[in-house]
Amino acid sequence: MDYFLLVISAVFINNIVLVQYLGTCPFLGTSKSTDVALGMGGAVIFVIGMSVALTWPIQKAILEPFGLGYLQTIVFILVIASLVQFVEMFLKKLLPPLYRALGLYLPLITTNCAVLGSAILVQKNGYGLAKSVVFGLATGVGFTLALVIISSIRERFDISPIPQVFRGVPIALITAGLMSLAFLAFKGMAS
Amino acid sequence: MVTTSVLLVFGLSLSAALLLAAASRIFAVREDPRVQDVEAILPGANCGGCGYPGCAAAAAAVVAGEAPPEVCVAGGMDIAASVARVMGLAVAYREPRVASLICSGGDRARQMFAYEGLRDCRAEAMLYGGEKTCGLGCLGMGSCVRACPFGAVSLGEGGLPIVNKALCRSCGKCAEVCPTGAIRITSFSASLLHVNKLDECLAPCMQKCPVQLDVRTFIQQVKGGDYRGALLTLKNRNPLPATVGRVCPHPCEDICRRKLVDEGVAINTLERFVADWEMHSGQRVPIHCGPDTGIKIAIVGGGPSGLACAYFLRRLGHHPVIFESRAEAGGLLRYAIPEFRLPRHVLDWEVQGILDLGVELKTYMTLGREFGLADLEAQDFKAVYLATGAWKTPPLNIPGGDARKLMGGVEFLTGIGSQWSSLRDQCVVIIGDTNTALDCARATARMGARRTVVLSPHIQRKMAANKEEIERAKEIGAEVLFQTLPVSIVSGSSGQTNVWYQACRYEDEAKAGGAILPLPGTDGLVENVDLIIAATDRRPDLSAFQARSGLADLALNPKGVLTCDELTMQTNLPHVFAGGEVRRGRSIVMEAVADGRRAARSIHLFVTTGAVPRPQEPQLKVIPESILKDMRVKYSIPRVVAPEIPVDVRRQNFTMEVRRGIPERDGVKEASRCLRCGLTCFDAEAGFEFAGDRDVKPHAGPRKENGNA
Repeated sequence: MDYFLLVISAVFINNIVLVQYLGTCPFLGTSKSTDVALGMGGAVIFVIGMSVALTWPIQKAILEPFGLGYLQTIVFILVIASLVQFVEMFLKKLLPPLYRALGLYLPLITTNCAVLGSAILVQKNGYGLAKSVVFGLATGVGFTLALVIISSIRERFDISPIPQVFRGVPIALITAGLMSLAFLAFKGMAS
Repeated sequence: MVTTSVLLVFGLSLSAALLLAAASRIFAVREDPRVQDVEAILPGANCGGCGYPGCAAAAAAVVAGEAPPEVCVAGGMDIAASVARVMGLAVAYREPRVASLICSGGDRARQMFAYEGLRDCRAEAMLYGGEKTCGLGCLGMGSCVRACPFGAVSLGEGGLPIVNKALCRSCGKCAEVCPTGAIRITSFSASLLHVNKLDECLAPCMQKCPVQLDVRTFIQQVKGGDYRGALLTLKNRNPLPATVGRVCPHPCEDICRRKLVDEGVAINTLERFVADWEMHSGQRVPIHCGPDTGIKIAIVGGGPSGLACAYFLRRLGHHPVIFESRAEAGGLLRYAIPEFRLPRHVLDWEVQGILDLGVELKTYMTLGREFGLADLEAQDFKAVYLATGAWKTPPLNIPGGDARKLMGGVEFLTGIGSQWSSLRDQCVVIIGDTNTALDCARATARMGARRTVVLSPHIQRKMAANKEEIERAKEIGAEVLFQTLPVSIVSGSSGQTNVWYQACRYEDEAKAGGAILPLPGTDGLVENVDLIIAATDRRPDLSAFQARSGLADLALNPKGVLTCDELTMQTNLPHVFAGGEVRRGRSIVMEAVADGRRAARSIHLFVTTGAVPRPQEPQLKVIPESILKDMRVKYSIPRVVAPEIPVDVRRQNFTMEVRRGIPERDGVKEASRCLRCGLTCFDAEAGFEFAGDRDVKPHAGPRKENGNA
């Protein structure tokens, strides 16, 4: 039940993009078509899961014992960036099909604030390792959900009568705002 | 504190760096550096016109050898040359391609309902395929205009998009978004060799024409006074418009939709009008030919089929050489069609026009005598087209069928002028119902024959000859005896020859069909005959296709007729193609030209790609959807009548052409009768420019159909 709530909360109630406003850059940048959105979403789920699993032990084993909690951000960025680079090489060599599916998006996520944000949130909420990884994956799912929704809306924009000035990013921002309002309705269902 | 943090971050960075360095060694993937070089050259527009999902993928494909250096459709030859330099390859000429619209309907197409929704074709197409009844028409919402990344498409009047060919980079985006397939990407060679497909907007006349002439476009160009454009439109399908404009039995006019209102448009007369305009101007309209390929192709036979094949191959940049066994090119057009129907100077003008493009003609070269297949191969000819025609008259299987006074129709017509010029006071019997038979009849009457009798086994409507031919022959005094069969030719000892004939009937008299049965006891006699001409049929003479010509392996069907693919003209020898009358027997000029063009398509594909795919979904029969039962048109305009010289002048002048051309205003007025038909749509108001003319009447046609067409 605990995990169920955690997942629901991460996907809907505290959606990383629409409620916590993290990762808006790829949210707008890679949401022009559903195919791309799915690829990006997959990459984000993968990277958040990996980075939470790696940063959790670093926090517990290095930062906290030495009282270096204030270095959290910079150390996490360093670790996540190296991780993503490493994963990219790893996939390219050993899992080419997966690399072809996700490879294009991996560099985009290197210093993504959604990834960093969830790594920090995990520590703030004081989750255990297993819970953290589940939270990380669920956050990624939430990101993917938001991305797929907006991309399928934006696909319809292609054939919609939108005034010239609103075409492109402006209408996407308005849409994102409305989606955010809609997601705020989940607030209060659970913490 | 500071030391610890600095040390920690430094330590972490160092270990990450070491890890990545090690990883880059361990997980190194060897990548061709040329991929990046090629990618840098490509425009980076990621338009996808090449068929790869972006410039990076295209670059990878080029380096992997899967794509040629000229892969980029948007880049043009400069980019292709740069890519080829990186790859160390030679760049091949790639034909520019361009988007074109097949729909001519626009606002005049009939609607099933009025669509009010998103102004987008794809959105409209989701609703019963769009508001228009025609399944392949342009919906006119302008999706292609918005899709074009180069701004080459704009929406014109009448709700149809217009492609600016100078801006089009043929990326294919417009064709991709078009839900009906009305906009397509094509190239010069592809449009020149295009075979009508079932999913195209084809007016009935365009479906019926053997060479698939773009009748609609050329008539509209005549109407607009653009005779030059009209001529080029004609010449994209038919290299002999002046000839065909004189001798074609014009099946297109019989299927013309205007027949529902008054009479079919005089398409044939207009074709001649346009061709004569060029001839009388004395200056040839330049014909575009593709860049030279240097590929030599042998064409055996300089008749209409061989000339057409050579013409199209030359326009594609190849080097056709025609081997003609007679003194001049033209085939049966020259040797079997008399001058009063097709003047020599017209034929000379057209043949010369084809030769001037760079087609080589070698006369007095007979296959199997002067050269064979092995000689052609030795001279580096990459393909051979056999178009030797059908010149042989089959023997008459009647008693006396070997009489001395008996002669074949083609033989007789060929010899006029050189071997005989007068038949004064003679009696001639012509056996057969073909155009050759009627040509012989018209010729003998002019040569002073006392009596000319034509024995036709058919009634007039069913005769193989053109309707006009029969009328002309009767006008000049030939007796055409319908439904008669020759029974015997009796040569008496005194040198007198008589021809006995018998009436005959059809097996199915009501439909005038089935076998032809003689009626015994109805014998008739033509006495004192001086000349008997057999023109029942013409058969190809295949005696040349033997070991000596290297064609002994050529497959013949049990009837002794050459077999080859109906659509590609390819025989069982892959580099030998055959077409025209040698393949189909006695036929019309247009069929010979059509075979020549199809063979040119196959030969072009064969010498450039090595394979000859059959055309996909070719339109072979008339599409039933396009035949309307009923139609409402506003004006009824009388059909133009081409002037003819009086009958007694005809008797005096063998070489004077009987049918004359039409004046310019008549031509434009006739063109305005054209309804500019699409597959289902048409212009109901066609001809309003001439509404003030006295002979133009409002048409109170059937009002059963109340569309907005």
